[in-house]
Amino acid sequence: MRTLAAAPSASAQSDAGGHWRESAEAVALPVLALAGALLAFGVFVWLSGRDPVEAWVLLFKGAFGDSFSWQNTLQRAAPLMLTALAVALPAQAGLTVIGGEGALVLGALACAALPMLVPSLAGWPGAALMLLAGALAGAGWVALAGWLRQARGVNETISSLLLGYLAIALFKHVVEGPLRDPASLNKPSTPPVAESLRIGGLPWDGAVTDVHWGLAWGVLLCLVAGVWLTFTASGFALRVVGGNVRAARLVGLPTLGLVLAGCALGGAAAGLAGAIEVLAVHTSANAALIAGLGYTGILVSFVARHNPWAIPPVAILFGGFGAAGSLLQRRLDLPDASVLVLQGFAFVLILAAEAGRGRLFGGSGGGR
Amino acid sequence: MSMTGTGEFLWFDVLLAVLGGAVRVGTPFLFVSLGECLTEKSGRINLGLEGVLVLSAMAGFGGSYWSGSPWIGLLIAGGSGAALALLHGLLCSLPRVSDVATGIALMLFGAGLAFYLGKPLIQPQAAQIPVIALGGWSDSPAVQSALSINALFPLGVALAVVLQWGLANTRWGLIVRMAGDSADAARALGYSVNGVRIAATTAGGFIAGLGGASLTLVYPGSWNEGLSSGQGLIAVALVIFARWRPLACLGAALLFGGAGALGPALQSVGITGYYYLFNAVPYALTLLILVLTCSPNRAIRGAPAELGVQR
Repeated sequence: MRTLAAAPSASAQSDAGGHWRESAEAVALPVLALAGALLAFGVFVWLSGRDPVEAWVLLFKGAFGDSFSWQNTLQRAAPLMLTALAVALPAQAGLTVIGGEGALVLGALACAALPMLVPSLAGWPGAALMLLAGALAGAGWVALAGWLRQARGVNETISSLLLGYLAIALFKHVVEGPLRDPASLNKPSTPPVAESLRIGGLPWDGAVTDVHWGLAWGVLLCLVAGVWLTFTASGFALRVVGGNVRAARLVGLPTLGLVLAGCALGGAAAGLAGAIEVLAVHTSANAALIAGLGYTGILVSFVARHNPWAIPPVAILFGGFGAAGSLLQRRLDLPDASVLVLQGFAFVLILAAEAGRGRLFGGSGGGR
Repeated sequence: MSMTGTGEFLWFDVLLAVLGGAVRVGTPFLFVSLGECLTEKSGRINLGLEGVLVLSAMAGFGGSYWSGSPWIGLLIAGGSGAALALLHGLLCSLPRVSDVATGIALMLFGAGLAFYLGKPLIQPQAAQIPVIALGGWSDSPAVQSALSINALFPLGVALAVVLQWGLANTRWGLIVRMAGDSADAARALGYSVNGVRIAATTAGGFIAGLGGASLTLVYPGSWNEGLSSGQGLIAVALVIFARWRPLACLGAALLFGGAGALGPALQSVGITGYYYLFNAVPYALTLLILVLTCSPNRAIRGAPAELGVQR
């Protein structure tokens, strides 16, 4: 299996220094793009009459300044790792799927609905079944977009986003209708999940933190996905399909099955994120889950260049920006959307940085 | 209206409300799909028109609020849409930058900018684009309401006709279509393919921006962050359904306007149980139409050959 993985990737250059240059660029270009995004954000903040240096300092303090902000950051990073996988795994199979938000809310709904259908659920086996229900709901939803692409030729980017809006409508209908807890007056929710089913905080220094076990799940699944793609034959086959579908068909790879697998596993990750948010943070399914975690996950995956190994640190960075948002709001009186603006700058610049590939460090300037 | 209170009158009211709503709700679909049609004719797909729609809705509302004139608001909406689309055009002209990925980025960027800059605009009222009342002959308020057409809709119809004619019969139309059907041919004749595409994308963004203005200056007529959820994206899908013909975009926009008006129409006669599901009808309809229109084996008839969405 390992010999397969050692085969050179399509963009590798033949000269000896090429490999080093490529990996250095893979790190340097996103870092430059993120620095550019912070700079652009500073200019933007300055144009709205605030001190950009103070904004940068607050951004850092709110994200990584003390143990409280670290906990906030890591709590936000956990679901982002999983919603980023929902983009990265289909992308490795060549599909641009952006339905993570829909898969997340459906996963949350399935997780919260299960104990209402099976009231005897309790303890960790019950929680495991609820997580599984969430993962399956997300997997089916994103696999549907992949199947429509392969079987019907429907653009998967458009269909996955449409499916996401449908999922949100379904979620709101069920949460405010059939499964609504009559006791939830102002904030329609499903009944709260029993205490024994909830996911607790990670221990640190002898105490239990706000950071829940979902973070461990996120990191673990990113590592598993990385190992799968890098070191196994099926993972390599998936990347071949993503790189050149015609070549994949020529060598007899089951393209439909591989694409569906990539989409289903990605969707399962996002569905799991929704289920974990229910069991660890919200304790029931309600509209607070529709918070754009799926959309931020798209950005995380693009910054990580759809590479599962790179997703955890990038997710922590953007979880940190999210955590710093409320500090920016309180201290500088900036709108809560200022984090969205920063994310927008980052997304635009990360794409523009692609154009610099093969040019940094005195490359030949052409690439492909 | 339904003095007898029978079901028949109730359904007639729903039908009237859907027909009237087809124009009201369909106006943003019309402008965005025309803008996307022009963009795609030049060989690029701009999913970022969803972001354009949100940003221009906010900018148009702000422009009308501060100037007092809805027409100045309309121009500002178009201008902001053109600016965001220009960014799309420029980014996609860089090597190795995918138009689909750029579209996703601008979806998020446009929404972020709009929410940030639109914070002070959530409370106030702005001068609205005037309504042309065609229902004065009837005593029924339902008929009158269905026949009050906003002034943007005729503008959109005229634009559809001009685009349909212009793309087929003018020199500019030919250049845009050539960039979309064969970049090599356009290059051979000495045209800059990127230049043509940037121009078409920017013009498409301006047109889509007018649709954004219709959200805040016609219906629903105010600015809030939940204003657009996917209308821009639906309009992009409509272009495939309309097979890249501007006049067919008009029909598709009206169909989807009617579908989008179904939820509010049912709510207005007291059917509220399935509010979210009825409001989701346009998404389901779009998916259904995509499934029926697309095929895995052949390119869709009428599709520009250079379009990445075809692959």
